[in-house]
Amino acid sequence: MVMGELMQESEVLVIGSGPGGYAAAFRAADLGLDVAIVDTARRPGGVCLYKGCIPSKTFLYLAELIHDADKAESMGITFGKPKIDLNGLRRWKAQVIDKMADGLVNLSNRRGVQLIKGRAEFESSDTVRIYESDVSHIKFRHAILATGSRPINFPGKIFEAGGRIMSSTGALALPDIPERLLILGGGYVGLELGTVYASLGSRVTLVELTDQLLPGVDRDLVLPLRKKLKNVFENIFLNTKVVSLDEHDKGVDVTLEGDVEAPHQTFERVLVAIGRRPATEEVGLGNTKVKLNDNGFVIVDEQLRTTDDKIFAVGDVVGGMMLAHKATREGKIAAEVIAGKPSAFDVRAIPAVVYTDPQIAWCGLTEAQARRENRPIEVQRFPWKFSGRATTMGAPEGLTKIIIDLETQRILGVGITGRDTEGLISEGVLAIEMGALAEDMALCIHPHPTLSETEGETAEIFLGTATHILGKSKTN
Amino acid sequence: MTRSFKLPDLGEGVHEGEILAVLVSVGQKVKEGDIILEVETDKAAVEIPSPYTGTVNEIFVQTGDIVKVGKAIMTFSNGEKAEQPPAEKIVEKPETPVDEAKVVDQTLPTREGGPVPASPATRRLARELGVNLHLVAPSGPAGLVTADDVRAFADDEKSVPKTTESPPAAAEEIKPSDISVPSLPDFTKWGEVERIPFRSIRRATGKQMAVAWSQIPHVNSQDVVDVTKLEAFRQKHKAEIEAGGGKLTVTVFALKAVATALKMYPNFNATLDTANNDIIIKHYYNIGVAVNTDRGLIVPVVRDVDRKSIKELAVELSDLVDRTRNRKTTLEEMQGGTFTITNAGAMGGGFFAPIINHPEVAILGIGQARMQPVVREKGADDYEIVPRLIMPIVLCIDHRVLDGADAIKFLKVLVETLEDPDELLMSMV
Repeated sequence: MVMGELMQESEVLVIGSGPGGYAAAFRAADLGLDVAIVDTARRPGGVCLYKGCIPSKTFLYLAELIHDADKAESMGITFGKPKIDLNGLRRWKAQVIDKMADGLVNLSNRRGVQLIKGRAEFESSDTVRIYESDVSHIKFRHAILATGSRPINFPGKIFEAGGRIMSSTGALALPDIPERLLILGGGYVGLELGTVYASLGSRVTLVELTDQLLPGVDRDLVLPLRKKLKNVFENIFLNTKVVSLDEHDKGVDVTLEGDVEAPHQTFERVLVAIGRRPATEEVGLGNTKVKLNDNGFVIVDEQLRTTDDKIFAVGDVVGGMMLAHKATREGKIAAEVIAGKPSAFDVRAIPAVVYTDPQIAWCGLTEAQARRENRPIEVQRFPWKFSGRATTMGAPEGLTKIIIDLETQRILGVGITGRDTEGLISEGVLAIEMGALAEDMALCIHPHPTLSETEGETAEIFLGTATHILGKSKTN
Repeated sequence: MTRSFKLPDLGEGVHEGEILAVLVSVGQKVKEGDIILEVETDKAAVEIPSPYTGTVNEIFVQTGDIVKVGKAIMTFSNGEKAEQPPAEKIVEKPETPVDEAKVVDQTLPTREGGPVPASPATRRLARELGVNLHLVAPSGPAGLVTADDVRAFADDEKSVPKTTESPPAAAEEIKPSDISVPSLPDFTKWGEVERIPFRSIRRATGKQMAVAWSQIPHVNSQDVVDVTKLEAFRQKHKAEIEAGGGKLTVTVFALKAVATALKMYPNFNATLDTANNDIIIKHYYNIGVAVNTDRGLIVPVVRDVDRKSIKELAVELSDLVDRTRNRKTTLEEMQGGTFTITNAGAMGGGFFAPIINHPEVAILGIGQARMQPVVREKGADDYEIVPRLIMPIVLCIDHRVLDGADAIKFLKVLVETLEDPDELLMSMV
């Protein structure tokens, strides 16, 4: 086409339309700024909506149904063996994603946020070039970098679409139900997708380099999951390394090194879930003053401003907990700062949820971190075998724990393993953010019978007397 | 058992103090009552005794720190075992970079110097009002800072006397915040600079003077006193007073003269209550005396001046000045003044116009007495020039409460009493 390069101007340009990017764009638009988002995807949502949180939770819900139906047999109800229709599963996943993606497009339009499909590269501290798009250049007053992260490859391999060595993206495409699936990495991605595939019928082997599933999470919280997964996965190899992966027509030959009897095994498919790295390549950061830290994350201050005054960065690309809700908050803060508000990221409890069965959720200080830092704390635990509600659901595999500052009696951290901890953890978040004392949590009435009672009772144990558990005898 | 010691309440209206000295060190044994800290507040230097007998475990402050009331300063152990949670051995693996399951650094409440307990909405409010949460005195349980605390701090920062009710239009105050101060240029452009913290007494003085100067319409009225006779009187009785432990200075006479004048003109012994449109007249005569110290200007108060003899005042004042210079005065001794005298004479000053010590309504400045030629009437149309010891005095008044005519009358009393010691003695009756 013979036409001049189209230069557009924008007050706020957001690069990347995941939860960090679209939250930033929406907040900026709500504050009266003129906003455009550039992303290679047509509709907003990012990894979270298309290749992460949403599809995985869609499948995990079904895995839970299968599991519950199976469990009901011991309670007097027997369902037949589930029939699995992979096309039906994929269709359902696509419907879920479509509904949410269209919702985000609608929200963008109604806010006047311009969605530009294309790949943006900085040319300088105030312009980007857009590839594969009608718009060739955008000059901006402020940019928000929200390009997220990508799965880390197995050394020497690249993920190929349709290949037997998959990243989480490939696994969520649900190509088939492999007879044997190997999962590299005992982090939440490996555990969640392993749970999905196991419930669909795969025999799952999980390999973890360290001596613990979910490294970094308190061991007592992981223990109930570890016990449960022993019956769900075929093998869990800790302290084990995958030395080589050789893909061929019929499967992948794997060499393991560590605590394994058979070091050479063959799997139909392999899921590599060993972490994610920030997506800072092909963005043209070299043409700006943006700097990266030693781990490759963009350096930002507490207002999410990079080392380039005009450019902000939010979400996975700046590191910390690589979670959608953290990105969302950061996006809002960046937008507010650009609009002249004195906002800053001063969050004290970022919640994390692992959607395994049982689920694990935590927020604030972990016990391990507190011990490492020699902080004077008291830890109280309430095992779910004492919970009435957990008993009614046949789900006694759970634990609620609270980490309390010994001096101020303030709640510093909460960790919960068990059913539906995704909903329970927010009480802990609110408590920590509000500076609540353990006493505050104990004195709030928790409805009976619910799993939330476990939080109230844990706090009661700290005070010296809890209703459904006999603890240390304090007279308070 | 470990016990934490927090900076105690140092007196009314005192929210923070500067640590002048930490007199103990970690591991040191202390007895209850031993002095462990010297803290300087806006108003006085205070020695803080240990509330416990035991061993110092941790010290969280150092000399020069500005510490809020209620902030933990140190911990003590009393020999009993500290209540420790059961030690669980948790072996941590080496960190692997960019592991998605890794709990990466969260922003967490840390004990000292860490986040201040406050709800997210309070934290946002603090940012909006530009308040540093670390400086706010908490009122919530276990040191929780509330939104009200933040608002109160922000109001306080504006240095405006708080009014409980909305003031009637008649007494509208000009808030310093109404006038925006332009930001400072980068002075390093023109040469080397140094930054010295604006703290403690210097800062308190600055705040007090800014309030006084912006709130009070000042008028100053000057006169001179022939103190030749007074000086003779002073020389004559100096030794006798000194034997009694006092110092017979011009300020001592001035105290007495001012008390006399205040009794005759009670409107000078007053405060303007702008919130309620009242002039508060005080029926006690507590006179502040500005004392120059190596830390700055401090104004201890001599109480009930009208009821004390010259000799008593001489003893009391010299003790008060000594203790002020040695940081030994208590907060109470800095409070409750009704009028202030500032005598620059000893340092050689002449005429100067001091700023009224808000919320008082007048201040007397005294300059150095010098021998000067004075024209005197010998008889009808017959004049002579004689050397006399002449002392300049300046009276500054709050023109909202007092007028120039009042000032002249007040000065006249001072001049008459100070010129003639007999008059002064008579007025004391």
